Amino acid sequence: MSEVTIIINEQPITVPAGTTILTAARDVGIEIPTLCHDPEVSRYGGCRLCVVEVAGWGSLPAACVTEVRPGMVIETESARVLEARRTILELLLANHPEDCLTCEKTGACALQDYAYRYGVRRGAFLGERQNHPVEADNPFIVRDMNKCILCGKCVRVCSEVVGRSAIDFSHRGFRARIATALDEGLQQSGCVFCGSCLEVCPVGALTGKQRRGKGRPWEMTSVTTTCPYCGVGCQLKLQVKNQRVIGVMAGGSGLNGRHLCVKGRFGHGFIHHPDRLKKPLLRKAGVLQEVSWSEALAYTAQRLSQIKQHSGGAAIGVLASARISNEENYLLNKFARRVLATNNLDHCARL
Amino acid sequence: MRNLMEACCQRCTHTPASPCSEYLLCRTEGPLCHESKECRQQRKAFIDEVTIPSDSPGRQIIVCGGTGCTSSGAANLVDLLNQEITAHNLGNSVQVKKTSCHGFCENGPILHIKPEGIFYTKVKPKDIQDIVLSHLVNQQVVKRLLYQDTAGNSYPYFQDIPFYAGQTRLLLRNCGQINPESLADYLAVGGYRSLVKVLQQMTPDEVIEEVQRSGLRGRGGAGFPTGRKWASARKAAGDVKYIICNADEGDPGAFMDRSLLEGDPHSVLEGMLIAGFAVGSTKGYIYCRAEYPLAIKRLKIAIHQAQQVGLLGSNIMGSGFQFDIALKEGAGAFVCGEGTALQASIEGLRGMPRVKPPRSTEKGLWEKPTVLNNVETLANIPVLIQTGTEAYRKLGTVKSPGTKIFALSGAVTNPGLVEIPMGQPLREIIFGIGGGIRDGKSFKAVQLGGPSGGCLTEQHLELPVDFDSLTTAGATIGSGGMVVMGEDTCMVDVARFFLAFTQAESCGKCTPCREGTKRMLEILERICQGKADLKDLGDLERLCRVVKNTSLCGLGQACPNPVLSTLQYFREEYLAHIVEKRCPAGVCSSLVRYSIAADRCRGCGLCLKNCPVGAIEGEKKQPHTITAERCIKCGVCLDKCKFGAVLRG
Repeated sequence: MSEVTIIINEQPITVPAGTTILTAARDVGIEIPTLCHDPEVSRYGGCRLCVVEVAGWGSLPAACVTEVRPGMVIETESARVLEARRTILELLLANHPEDCLTCEKTGACALQDYAYRYGVRRGAFLGERQNHPVEADNPFIVRDMNKCILCGKCVRVCSEVVGRSAIDFSHRGFRARIATALDEGLQQSGCVFCGSCLEVCPVGALTGKQRRGKGRPWEMTSVTTTCPYCGVGCQLKLQVKNQRVIGVMAGGSGLNGRHLCVKGRFGHGFIHHPDRLKKPLLRKAGVLQEVSWSEALAYTAQRLSQIKQHSGGAAIGVLASARISNEENYLLNKFARRVLATNNLDHCARL
Repeated sequence: MRNLMEACCQRCTHTPASPCSEYLLCRTEGPLCHESKECRQQRKAFIDEVTIPSDSPGRQIIVCGGTGCTSSGAANLVDLLNQEITAHNLGNSVQVKKTSCHGFCENGPILHIKPEGIFYTKVKPKDIQDIVLSHLVNQQVVKRLLYQDTAGNSYPYFQDIPFYAGQTRLLLRNCGQINPESLADYLAVGGYRSLVKVLQQMTPDEVIEEVQRSGLRGRGGAGFPTGRKWASARKAAGDVKYIICNADEGDPGAFMDRSLLEGDPHSVLEGMLIAGFAVGSTKGYIYCRAEYPLAIKRLKIAIHQAQQVGLLGSNIMGSGFQFDIALKEGAGAFVCGEGTALQASIEGLRGMPRVKPPRSTEKGLWEKPTVLNNVETLANIPVLIQTGTEAYRKLGTVKSPGTKIFALSGAVTNPGLVEIPMGQPLREIIFGIGGGIRDGKSFKAVQLGGPSGGCLTEQHLELPVDFDSLTTAGATIGSGGMVVMGEDTCMVDVARFFLAFTQAESCGKCTPCREGTKRMLEILERICQGKADLKDLGDLERLCRVVKNTSLCGLGQACPNPVLSTLQYFREEYLAHIVEKRCPAGVCSSLVRYSIAADRCRGCGLCLKNCPVGAIEGEKKQPHTITAERCIKCGVCLDKCKFGAVLRG
């Protein structure tokens, strides 16, 4: 692939042709702010926060969608750029609720970070603000479109990665917002509640319902683990506060990246549930009693042997689980056919 | 043979069923496939019926069926004419024909009698009897129905009326002259000859070269060289390529493309066919806004007719060239006039622009190389192919060759559709063709290019109207909207109007356009209400700068232009609103003050009696006064006063 040499902030840099200014700048440690860019979805160029000044160009191109050209001389923080960036942030803040104090996203909000970085306060351009009811008529996701900055990441991730297209832009101009078809709410839409939109939302417009009010980003530790639900093995980051799992985020790497299914992302209520089974139970004299693993296994082995001897292996049925890996299922199959001598073998995923 | 399109006799072998390259010429100049004086005469008679040459024994009464004339009552005129003609037994020598718009809408309904060329204006149903009896039977022109200018001069002939005399109707040549729903009409006036020429005598590269040499620039607003666009689409790699006709004309007050589509739809199809042949495309789309139902109807008819006779489809006229056209109706979004948004809309997605590059000629509709041309651009193609580059370039300027159609509206005496060679001075259009400012008022400004354009003033009246001159002055030729404003126009209000339009039509994708135009509009509203201060003016200017420099597409980048140009040329008017809380033009209702001139007031009490809020006080026969705090500015006092004592300002 051919290479292109450009100058960013007086620093020469050579990158492969087709690289965007944003990526080229990041390669040399220059962080250009952006709210709508996401490497996993298509190029968008909507928030315009990443505009830069290119010598000889009249307007300020968006770094996230402009590919480098030979000899480009780029300034990422010139006076014109700063005026544009600050104005854009002021415009976003002018149409944004003033509730960072209670917002779930505080501390992990890109808009907050950039307002801090560029010293922008809310105040200029005060006027009408969008005023939508907060949507929470589903068990998992709270949509507060008053906080939405219309970066469109949720729309793109839903259509390009998840393949559902449950949401899209609706209306025009100042009334533009993200909505489901006919505003019917997420449950009536094609949404599968995978929560990938939560993962990419840069502000507090999309939040997890279960974790609301339970902790701030800086109060939580992140514990990486593997999802217990199926054999795929998605990586999770448990959000833990005071030894309790408050929420789940995708591992961010490995096979699932930032994506999970509804169970992996939202189905963690069992962890601290009082009814959760933690030890084997054995019914003794008609009553379930906690026993040790060795006692439980020994009893099971004994009963299986008895049944096989008395009625033959065919009297035993085995049900395998989708939660375990292929290898484990293979072993269970061997165990059933060879050891228990039964072909009565089934799997929960078939039910 | 009942019409031009049919075979004249059984010897005729040139039929749509056996496509051959001579087919069209056989119909219009033939027959070519066999020798027959009779057949030839028959064909000529059909053509004469459409064109009415000066020696024609028959007469044709053209009734304008454009939107303007129809709404001012032209719909019944055809029936009434036919009744009267039958009553006077003139049925054999006079035919009545309904055409599309003549562009002189202010003077409709229009009747145009051929071959003599008498032009009647403002014709009412009660005038029909007179026209038939006096004009057709007694050969006397009905003078009272002729066009009269403000000086009182009458003009019997179409071509002498200053509105038409100043024009060069090259693209509009057929509008108002032929029946737009008849393919035979278009063929009779030379239609599809350019396609025949291209298919028979030229290679695709030669066509592109010809278009490049002609210097034709896109009429949609940007003025991009059409030939260069075609060349890059031809060069682009791709198995499938598309031609799109952008008929999503959305600028407020602009109706050039609508008139072309309604009046001469086949010329646009012919342009698309030639583009398809040149670029190597087999599929075209016309994206027409649904608010143009008549244009859509006529396009559907034209496409169907062309398909029926093998002008669209496979193996067009035996040349092996294949091309078809589909019509896609837009759903009313202004932004869909932007090329990439338009393509998204055809694909079934929300009409939102994407960042360029890649250009549409490389990756356009469904990521295939696509040529997107405006209606008027495409209508230029048959003309320039037929006349040749040299003749074509004689019109217009070196850098902006050809003609341009403008929708002249606002405070001019003769609003309407005008076509002029590029490079004519603004003054000629506004004062020559347009007849100056209505009601003897003075000229203040002209807004060119709709919401993306700017306002120009008295000092610019000598500027030649072409792509480059206007841009330097802060306006743009745009798609051809030309709104003329008189002395009683408030320029802040004009800027507010355009911003309200762009704000409502912004697609919402990029922040500066979505949020910035909203705040610009709010500031302009505050200025109009007298609630703004000088800091607002600074904020407005900063927003203009940022929205212009950082918006994603042309809509956002150009939408500050009406504000910037009015700020540049009418800054004192902004300051009057902000500092003095006064609207010099007396338009902004919040800033209007009513007062009573004591020297003129007779104390009759009529205003006092009619004031709905009791804001007027005064003793009988003594000068009255208006209490400003109570006044709701309804203007009743002004209307009631018989002595001109109530002042508004």
